[in-house]
Parts: sequence; C-alpha cells; structure tokens
Amino acid sequence: MTDYLNDFASLFDQYDVLGAFWVNIQLTFLAAIGSMLLGSLVALMRISPIASLRLLGTGYVNLFRNTPLTIILVFLVLGVWSQLGINLSPDFNRNFFLYAVIGLSLYHAAFVCESIRSGVNTVPVGQAEAARAIGLSFLPAARLVIFPQALRGAITPLGNTLIALTKNTTVAAAASVTEISALMKTMIEFRPDVIIAVFLTVALGFVLLVVPVGLLTTWASRKLAVKR
Amino acid sequence: MSHVNKHFGDLHVLKDINLEVARGEVVVVIGPSGSGKSTLCRAINRLESIDDGEILIDGKRLPEEGAALARLRADVGMVFQSFNLFAHKSVLQNVTLGPMKVRGRSPGEAKERAMELLTRVGVANQAEKLPAQLSGGQQQRVAIARALAMEPKVMLFDEPTSALDPEMINEVLDTMVALAKQGMTMIVVTHEMGFARKAADRVVFMADGMIVEESTPEEFFTNPRSERAKDFLGKILGH
Repeated sequence: MTDYLNDFASLFDQYDVLGAFWVNIQLTFLAAIGSMLLGSLVALMRISPIASLRLLGTGYVNLFRNTPLTIILVFLVLGVWSQLGINLSPDFNRNFFLYAVIGLSLYHAAFVCESIRSGVNTVPVGQAEAARAIGLSFLPAARLVIFPQALRGAITPLGNTLIALTKNTTVAAAASVTEISALMKTMIEFRPDVIIAVFLTVALGFVLLVVPVGLLTTWASRKLAVKR
Repeated sequence: MSHVNKHFGDLHVLKDINLEVARGEVVVVIGPSGSGKSTLCRAINRLESIDDGEILIDGKRLPEEGAALARLRADVGMVFQSFNLFAHKSVLQNVTLGPMKVRGRSPGEAKERAMELLTRVGVANQAEKLPAQLSGGQQQRVAIARALAMEPKVMLFDEPTSALDPEMINEVLDTMVALAKQGMTMIVVTHEMGFARKAADRVVFMADGMIVEESTPEEFFTNPRSERAKDFLGKILGH
C-alpha cells in the first residue's frame, strides 16, 4: 500500500498535473467570457423584431448546438489552421490554446443563448410593453429592462452551461492542447502501474472545480431572484 | 382615429371605429368583456397593430415602427391593468428611467421631477422600495407617476383598477380624478361607473367591437339610447 502511494506521489514529480489543470481553468474562464458575450448577442438576435436577424440567430444555434464539439475543434485546427494557414499566435502551443478557446466559445454560445432565452421567457410580457410604452426602442428596452431580469432568471441554466463547459475543456485535447485529459492519456501510457489513481485524481480534480460552480449558481439564483 | 379595423384571426375585434378626442377631454370607454375596448386603448400607442384605418395623434399619423414610433409612445402615457412596473428597479428608478433614457434629462433633474410626481400620487415615502414591496394601489399610482414623468400629451388607462382590491380602487381613482381636473387628455377603459360619472366629459359604450353609443355621462347613465347599453347598465347597476 505504501509502495503504491509512493508510486502515486512520484507521478506528480514526473508530470505537471496541477499545471495541466490550470490550462483547463484558463480555457474555462476565457471560453466562459467568450461564449457569454457571443451567446448574449445571439440571444438578442433571436428576440429582436427583425426577422432576418432572428433567422440568423436560430441558424447559429441549430448549427453549433447540434454539432459535436470534437468536430468543431478538429475543424478549427485541421481546417482553419492547417489548411487555411491562419495563425492566431506565433507561439505554437498558444496558437492551439486560442483555437480551443474559440471553438469552446462558439459551441457554448449556442447553449448560453438558449439559457438566456429561457430567462427572457421568465420576464412577463407586460415588462416589455411598459418599456415600449415609455418610449424605449428595442435595444434600450432589452438592455435596461428585459436582460437584467432575464439574466437573473437564467442563472441556473447558465450555471449548467458553465459546468458543461468546464468539463468540455477536456475536448481541447482534440485541438492538441496539453490540458489534463491529454496529460492523463500520457500518464496512462507511461505509468500503467497507478492507472486507477490517475483516473481518480482527474475525476476528483473536476469534482473540486465543478462543485463550487453549482453551489454558487444555486445561491445566486435565490439571492438575485426578481421579486414579483 | 377613423375607420379602424382589427382582426385576431377570424375574430373581428375592432369594427370600423371612429373616435375623436379633443385636447383636455376625458373619455371613458366602457362595455362588456371582449367588446374590444382594451384593444382600442392599446392600438392608440400601437401595442396592437391595426389592419386598416388610421390613427392620428396631435395631427400626426401613428408611425408603424422604429424610432418614430418610440418617440410617439414617449408622448403617450400608458397605465396597464397589471401595473407592469419594472420589477428589478426601485420605485424612483421606475419613474426616472424614461426621462433619463428617452428624454435625456440629467439624473438630478429626473430625480427631482420624479419625487414631485411621487409626492403628488402620495407614494414619495416608498421611493427606495422595490415594486413588489408595495400594495397594488401604490404600485398603480407609481405607474401613473411613471407615465406622467414623460410629460405625455395624452394618457391611456387600460382597466387601471381591475386588478385591485376594492379598498385600493379609490386611491387610484382619486389620483385619476385629480389628473382629469388638471386638464390632462385621458382615455380610460374601465368598469368604474363612479369614475365615469365624476370625471368623464364623454362616455363611449362599446360592444362586439363597435362603438354603440357616445354621450355625456349623465345622459348615458340616466337615459341610454341603445338596447345593448340598457341591457349592460341594467346588469351592472341592478345590484
């Protein structure tokens, strides 16, 4: 048993496990911001009074929500980078990292959009009518009246999207980013002696990352609920 | 407005409506449920579109959409049955939002004016609260202050007391009577016959999407001409 624990401990000397997790955290953070901005924009399009924008927004959601994330990331790396030769950074690894952030953002923006739209549905139609009745046009009404209430109603589904995003950062391995699942593959290959411990470490790491997100969103959705 | 028609699917809710309201006039629209009176009220600031006919406000035709429509709505105050105060903003912010974001007033100016209006409707001491913390009657008075803050040319009231407890109806009606006395142009859809008698210059009776009868309140209540109005008044005044 002691031997096993020693073997397990040596894993951390041999590989930068924490560093790999840090990459996942960075991917999560940046893609969360990216998908939130893009998702809000698409949500705005989907509730706008202009039919062509609504169509565009719907098209975006249906395209990205129904495409596997792996396909999107592989397309970005093999299609956009390799074929079209578009470099996002002169640094080789940084380039892949940025592609992963973009892919994750594009994909999760579709889910953010739908979360926000479900939040918009929690806002009574009278709020929009009152906003229009005092002379606010669509964008100010959305910014000042609808979105602030919709976001509070969307905290729980947005939290779920963030949790999915956190775990989906492991797919960045498909874009050649050396994050934790890529490292896990390496560790399994070269240290099969502690294979169970490797799995448990990675699993536990994600649980530690994700549990606070869930707690925080539950707390926030109660705390920020709009009283009617 | 002239020759206004509107359909909801197969239902013809407004049938060739012609109505003119003079500046400073208070017109009360009454009628049974489903007679189209709310739709008429909402059509005036285009919360409902109309199929044909035209609606003019201050001689100008109602724009179809966009910035011009938003500008027009700023000049038309609207009070809803369900108050529709912005739930995430304080009472004061509800009243200052329009003046600041639509009229471009400074925060100080908007706040000063808002407090004046809140004092006028008797809820100045609730200014920092959220709408949900107020009673229905107080919320509706805030809604009136919010509409007045835009300095509207005309005020539309869409059944403003229908969602209120009986005790709170009077406080809202008193506010409206005061407003009528100050010369505001008002179009009021209501079931409150007392208000119609006290404050209206003219009563418009609607049934089945048509204006059936128009007259002064006294004449309408004491001597209705149409059978439909007699029947309606008999039912509501009979108990």
